[in-house]
Amino acid sequence: MTEKLVIIGNGMAPGRMLEHLLEDAPGRYQVTIFNAEPRVNYDRIMLSPVLSGEKAFEEIVIHGDGWYIKNGITLYKGHKIVAIDRAAKTVTSDQGITENYDRLVIATGSNPFIIPVPGNDLPGVLSYRDIDDVSAMLLVAQSRAKAVVIGGGLLGLEAAAGLKERGMDVTVLHVMGSIMERQLDPAAAYLLQRKLEQRGIKVRTKANTKAIVGNGKVEGVELDTGEVIPATLVVMAVGIRPNAGLAKEAGLSVNRGIVTDDRMQTSDPSIFALGECVEVGGHVYGLVAPLYEMARVLAAKLGDGEDRHFVHSDTPTKLKVTGIDLYSIGDFADGDDREEIILRDASAGIYKRVILQDNKIIGTVLFGETGDGAWFNDLKKKATDISEMRDTLIFGQAFQGGDSSDPLSAVAALADDAEICGCNGVCKGKITSTIRDKGLTSLDDVRAHTKASASCGTCTPLVEKLMALTLGDSYNPAATQPMCNCTELGHDEVRRLIKAKSLKTIPAVMQELEWKTSCGCHKCRPALNYYLVADWPDEYADDYQSRFINERVHANIQKDGTYSVVPRMWGGVTNAAELRAIADVVDKFAIPTVKVTGGQRIDMLGVKKEDLPAVWADLGKAGFVSGHAYAKGLRTVKTCVGSDWCRFGTQDSTGFGIRLEKFMWGSWTPAKVKLGVSGCPRNCAEATCKDIGVICVDSGFEIHFAGAAGLDIKGTEVLGLVKTEDEALEVIVALTQMYREQARYLERIYKWTKRIGIPEIKRQVLDDPERRKSFYDRFVFSQKFAQADPWSERVSGKDKHEFRPMAVTQFAEAAE
Amino acid sequence: MTWFDIGTIDDIPLRGARCVKTPQGEIGVFRTHDGRIFAIENHCPHKGGPLTQGIVHGAAVTYPLQNWVFSLEPGKALGADEGEVKTIPVKVDDGRSSLALQNILLAAE
Repeated sequence: MTEKLVIIGNGMAPGRMLEHLLEDAPGRYQVTIFNAEPRVNYDRIMLSPVLSGEKAFEEIVIHGDGWYIKNGITLYKGHKIVAIDRAAKTVTSDQGITENYDRLVIATGSNPFIIPVPGNDLPGVLSYRDIDDVSAMLLVAQSRAKAVVIGGGLLGLEAAAGLKERGMDVTVLHVMGSIMERQLDPAAAYLLQRKLEQRGIKVRTKANTKAIVGNGKVEGVELDTGEVIPATLVVMAVGIRPNAGLAKEAGLSVNRGIVTDDRMQTSDPSIFALGECVEVGGHVYGLVAPLYEMARVLAAKLGDGEDRHFVHSDTPTKLKVTGIDLYSIGDFADGDDREEIILRDASAGIYKRVILQDNKIIGTVLFGETGDGAWFNDLKKKATDISEMRDTLIFGQAFQGGDSSDPLSAVAALADDAEICGCNGVCKGKITSTIRDKGLTSLDDVRAHTKASASCGTCTPLVEKLMALTLGDSYNPAATQPMCNCTELGHDEVRRLIKAKSLKTIPAVMQELEWKTSCGCHKCRPALNYYLVADWPDEYADDYQSRFINERVHANIQKDGTYSVVPRMWGGVTNAAELRAIADVVDKFAIPTVKVTGGQRIDMLGVKKEDLPAVWADLGKAGFVSGHAYAKGLRTVKTCVGSDWCRFGTQDSTGFGIRLEKFMWGSWTPAKVKLGVSGCPRNCAEATCKDIGVICVDSGFEIHFAGAAGLDIKGTEVLGLVKTEDEALEVIVALTQMYREQARYLERIYKWTKRIGIPEIKRQVLDDPERRKSFYDRFVFSQKFAQADPWSERVSGKDKHEFRPMAVTQFAEAAE
Repeated sequence: MTWFDIGTIDDIPLRGARCVKTPQGEIGVFRTHDGRIFAIENHCPHKGGPLTQGIVHGAAVTYPLQNWVFSLEPGKALGADEGEVKTIPVKVDDGRSSLALQNILLAAE
């Protein structure tokens, strides 16, 4: 029988542990995860790039929902475990779920340390720990007001740089005499502080916070000198504490963290711990490399794999702030038995220091130029005697014999067991052999197969050099990502050539653009079909066999092979006759589940495929048409009741929503499109997380776009304010048409916007009235061919083969 | 081995599939872009869902729920995924196709 493995916490360490475990011992455990955060596993070390705007949340997700489904893992999102009953071997969540376990893994991570000063609980005081903190910071940052970051360590400085990047006026307060004093010597700290100050970040050292002041919300930070620094946002980044409370209550041995042996076992042999909550060998850890090593050790233990033990090792420190190169590792304090080699280049802002003991490297600090960090670390790890190269050591690896003109030579000279990716512990030999054995050609492939450069990404240049070395001339990093394996061309190039060469059928595209396969694949065919529908609405005949099943049968396939049916409910408004017709259909076809959707309509789930045409026929008689809940097209227009009923309503939001839906239904788009219209800024229709949203105000209609509320959560951007409903319709339709013509297949509006930029969209649909009108006209033209109800077409016999078996064979004797 | 007539090849759309219900369960019959006919059990080995709902390309079908790609010929999943579906003998005479059904019965035992 499979054993039950329960994991408390869904951070990076348990995620990685599961990856190893699923690979080493597939099917051994039935896995259940409780995650106090209401989401999937994401890359916490990439929060800083999200804060600074260099990455979006969706880019840092490690395991999407599909991964859990595919691996049969039950994930309780937003469930905090409140009790462990070791005698009964159960855990209980704050939402009342109790699960029993054979083996339990505690991975509760750490809590940010909040300094005990008055006012530390005022609204506007945040820590820097998870994506919620980042979202809250981004919200405050919109005001472009003043922020104070308490803590001049790694996290604090990354937070400061991110907030500055977002336009805030940032001051960093650090209680010690120099910033990052645990990782940097004073010289490097000085260079770093100067670099930060050049960017406009104020840094105050020896600044001791006495209180956070404010009336109902943060207004400033008071130092022990009595000085008050004004602030609307205070970020506390002074350190973390292992989150071991739950383990302690359960009676496990807890010191600074949950005490484990070197195979991650706690004082209870059925319970293991992992991650920042752990104390192993007297150490607690906060950087990702040792946490991933713990994951490897625990997976080996749980899977009865190799006999692996956790061993302490130093982890290099890198600051993830674009444009600031910093690397430090090991011990760099002065001492009588130590020597040091220093290189300074003042004009270039470079500082390098290597600390030696008995002719071996014990520490390294690099600032401004960190390319040799991995090499120094390698020498340190192997305790190499450097006396032979002592004179040139500080100039780096390229100067150690051989010709130094070739930037690749340094990488080529690295030993096979030299560590390239510190986060994931991947060495050079593993990367080059995987590239060769699996025939990898892109950075993404290398990340997928080796995990190198898949976490913080600072080793990406090294990995790319390794690819160049291994693949030779065939490696072309600048090449665009091809649509699929059938072509070298990317989506944008294909779209351009379809127009330029007037290609009007899928075979024409494949012939003229030299497709490598005879009839494409499941990636390119649906994309080409969409591009041709969008570009030649009157001439192109839709290719049924190039659509995914949901679009072929105009319903959503469910996990058991049945379908769900969602009729259109214009603007979310219905009436007694419609509801009665739905009730009759549900009774007649014994539909097991009826549910109200998030888009304000009714979903009938569990309909058998062969019943679909009859279900549609009955719905059609009551006036229903397809809701396109399955389509890459216009889905819903969510509305509030607006000025008709609501005492706050400023415009007829319901009426406008219905008008938009009736105008725009039926059109195919690169990915699904959801709209919302709210009658006032209270925003009951939640229009500010839609692909396109409208907020009605007294003076007109504020048009929003590029929101998301699915796997990713993102508020909308404001496109502009227009005075009349007609103008709002024209702008929204033009925006949709621009998206239809220019986006890549399966690219939602928010991703497309992120790629091409908000100003470009404003320029095309808002600032240029002629262009807007032509977009609008093309949309209206294409609607002539798109607005045919697919359900009534199928009721009258179209594609009828799809809903019936080809044959039913009976042979009774064989069945017995 | 007994051949059972299931209909004409024109009943199956090019680059498409139909299902045939038999006492041993559903069988998917596929017709490729170049007119070849293949038959496999209509169950994805991963989740058991219907393979006939997938997109047919070359002599392969992509299963819609997980995007696994199965070759119709030797019945192996393509790409990085593991998995195999059982193929069923199928023949075409005078535009009519038939399945050899006894084989599945034997195979099922």
